[in-house]
Amino acid sequence: MQLVLEYFELILFVVLLALGYSVGRVREKRHYQSIRRREAELAGVLAFGIRFPPDPNAPRECVLVTGSVVVSSDYFKQFVAGLRTLIGGRMAAYETLLDRARREAMLRMKADAVRHGASLILNVKFESTNVGGGMRGGVPAMEVFAYGTALKPAPAPREAPRAA
Amino acid sequence: MAGPNILVSNLELVPGRRVKAHLGVVQGSTVRAKHAGKDILAGLKNIVGGELKAYTELMQEAREEAVQRMLAQAASVGANAVLNVRFATTSITAGAAEILAYGTAVVLE
Repeated sequence: MQLVLEYFELILFVVLLALGYSVGRVREKRHYQSIRRREAELAGVLAFGIRFPPDPNAPRECVLVTGSVVVSSDYFKQFVAGLRTLIGGRMAAYETLLDRARREAMLRMKADAVRHGASLILNVKFESTNVGGGMRGGVPAMEVFAYGTALKPAPAPREAPRAA
Repeated sequence: MAGPNILVSNLELVPGRRVKAHLGVVQGSTVRAKHAGKDILAGLKNIVGGELKAYTELMQEAREEAVQRMLAQAASVGANAVLNVRFATTSITAGAAEILAYGTAVVLE
């Protein structure tokens, strides 16, 4: 008991590290599975970075669609990243984190387009911001935000009704 | 993110419709701080990583508010659409972020 109290901080650190590694890894794996599944589902929704619609004269209805997610890294990744800053180089732990966030934001934007009945998104932009506490012991959290304009055929009054 | 009958788009034109008048830049912004209680929960979540849902919702609400303010400005100058809309997010201090939405107010035919 004495020993436990004496090394309490060290034990806590090891427990958090182990928890972060094991649970964080499982969660990341599950998230990637879910991302791949939904990416396959939403493959029919096309997203482009182009600024102009393919046919600028055809009347279409425009809707701004958005998707965002705030993610945080796990304890283990933070520790590894902390070590990485000593020697520099690629931070694979954070690369996957941001990759997940960006794909998630993209999927949410596509889902938003589907809700509006559109299957084409133009002028897609991404934005990432650190919304966490930063260096001063706060929670490191990154927001990734995706937005674009979804186009759908307008119910134009002059347009002849198309056969289904 | 729909406003009072004002079209919002981040394209520079609306397919099939002509821009009758440009009314200049309109913008809306909001500064939001996060809740200390939620922050503690987020701190716990931070051990295992993943999405911080409370923060995602907070940012969404803030963005919606920024867009609403931009639309109010657009309505006040008599526009019926805001084109080329962009968003900017800046973290001001630890735990607070400013969200800005801006675009060009226009009158469509």
